[in-house]
Amino acid sequence: MSKPAEEAEHTATNQEVHSISPWREAWREFRKNKIAVVGLLIVLFFILLAIFATFITKEGINDQVMTDRIQPPSKEYWLGTDDFGRDIFSRIIHGAKISLWVGFSSVIGSIIVGSLLGIIAGYYGKWVDTIISRFFDIMLAFPSILLAIAIVAVLGPSLRNALIAIAIINVPNFGRLIRSKVLSIKEDEYIMAAKGIGMRDSRILFSHILPNSMAPVIVQGTLAIATAILEAAALGFLGLGAQAPTPEWGKMLADSKDFIQTAPWTMIFPGLAIMLTVLGFNLMGDGLRDAMDPKMKN
Amino acid sequence: MFNYIVKRLLQLIPVLLGMTFIVFMIIRAIPGNPAQVILGQQATPEAIEAMTVKLGLDKPWYTQYFVYLKDTFTGDLGESLRTRAPVAEELWPYLAGTLELAIFAMIIAVIIGINAGIISAWLQNSWFDYTAMILALVGVSMPIFWLGLMGQWAFSIEIPLLPTTGREATRDPVTAVTHLYLIDSLIAGRFDQFIQVLRHLILPGIALATIPMAIIARMTRSSMLEVMRSDYIRTARAKGQKMFWVVYKHALKNAIIPVLTIIGLQSGMLLGGAILTETIFAWPGIGRYIYDAIGYRDYPVIQSGILVVAFFFVMINLIVDILYSFIDPRIKYD
Repeated sequence: MSKPAEEAEHTATNQEVHSISPWREAWREFRKNKIAVVGLLIVLFFILLAIFATFITKEGINDQVMTDRIQPPSKEYWLGTDDFGRDIFSRIIHGAKISLWVGFSSVIGSIIVGSLLGIIAGYYGKWVDTIISRFFDIMLAFPSILLAIAIVAVLGPSLRNALIAIAIINVPNFGRLIRSKVLSIKEDEYIMAAKGIGMRDSRILFSHILPNSMAPVIVQGTLAIATAILEAAALGFLGLGAQAPTPEWGKMLADSKDFIQTAPWTMIFPGLAIMLTVLGFNLMGDGLRDAMDPKMKN
Repeated sequence: MFNYIVKRLLQLIPVLLGMTFIVFMIIRAIPGNPAQVILGQQATPEAIEAMTVKLGLDKPWYTQYFVYLKDTFTGDLGESLRTRAPVAEELWPYLAGTLELAIFAMIIAVIIGINAGIISAWLQNSWFDYTAMILALVGVSMPIFWLGLMGQWAFSIEIPLLPTTGREATRDPVTAVTHLYLIDSLIAGRFDQFIQVLRHLILPGIALATIPMAIIARMTRSSMLEVMRSDYIRTARAKGQKMFWVVYKHALKNAIIPVLTIIGLQSGMLLGGAILTETIFAWPGIGRYIYDAIGYRDYPVIQSGILVVAFFFVMINLIVDILYSFIDPRIKYD
């Protein structure tokens, strides 16, 4: 091969390497991490369960067969029945819908509000930053579950209010994250250039700064879904979240408390479902962090 | 150093004020008429009026807030609507219950967590490392209320080793002096009760310890791995020092610093997390006190309970921050 041709090929390979989008590169890294892939598979499994819940289960979530109360797991009732003769398997599958819904929507809510506040604080600085940052500090001064309980105590117990409470308590985490990201990106040359050519603040914020702050938000978001699912279950368990007869996993656990002695399966399976889902998101979040944002590792 | 502590204390003022404001807002943010909500639908207009005056809701909000601030700072945490007793008096036994449980849990979490982390790093990629880290991952993902229930089922019901609920053997209890029952039973010289109290602590303690234990183990491992790669460790090993001393004496000293922050943070979290453990084990702690108050719509108790826990949380974090500057003199504060 002649020298210029070799050089040309070399440059082409280089260009090819550079043209890989950061997302694809992150995916490539992520795939290498077996534990993270297990996490992703667990999450996908529960998402599929949630989507096809009505097709998978034959019994309705609230169908009561009084003659079959507190039946242990069997061929007919894979995970047994509860004290109302309801099929626990069906309720757990439908519970996946609720937990994932609360997890995703509360975290998306926190990301939207947190990002907005974080961007404003980081970009405009000065007193705006002071006020917003102090507000975050104050919110973070409460143990999160306690703040969620306080919010639900005010709004009244319901699944919707639990979701709102969980969204609120996570706002400062995302707010701080975005703020610090904005602070560092703000000084980058391309932002200076954008300012130099007279680009409007809103366009700089939403077209440049926000997309470039997304990697840590996605990582943090995945881990936050895990926490949100745990928190929703905790509120449900305390009777402050989903109300009867909603098949929410935490609520199911609370209902099983009186039957530990006679029907431990009413307690074992909802808890296992919570743990597996949360574990899935945690494993996936850890993998995403290593793939997308190695600097965040501890 | 002194300047740093002063600065840290000054920074605390707006946070504490903000906390009191949020807690103050709990009653005021109730949709509709708070007095009506507290008293229920059947309440007479006179009763509602009386409750409005009692809670000071008839005054402008800023006046209410300043009265609240003044009361709080003079130690008046309001009066329980249910028991009519001053919250400040009622609170201590519950708070002591939570502190005893949280301290016990933290001791378990620190001892097991740090050692598991150290050994995992020492034997990196061994079966111990894999098992410990998988357990730690499961631990972080574990709903503690489920773990608590499982513990009750396994070790109180299936194998009746430990008591299911409560803080002590109710028959012939020890006179409460500090309300920390382990100490009280020692003061009274009652070793039988001491053992009983300890037995009551085990299940809720382990349930509460699980998450911090897992987090501490993971943090210790990664921190140790980083330190173990440094030159001075290589030198120590090259000198022929026993691996045990290299790990526990030289490496741990530097690796422990980030772990301490996590321990501080988790100690605060325990106070919040205790509410779930206390509910399962009928543990008379502050979490349960707040939880019961929610059921009775006893808002002064909810407010003060949350404020006290948050105050402890902030204080623990402050202490950790200050300790940090003592332990690691390399850290400079602007």
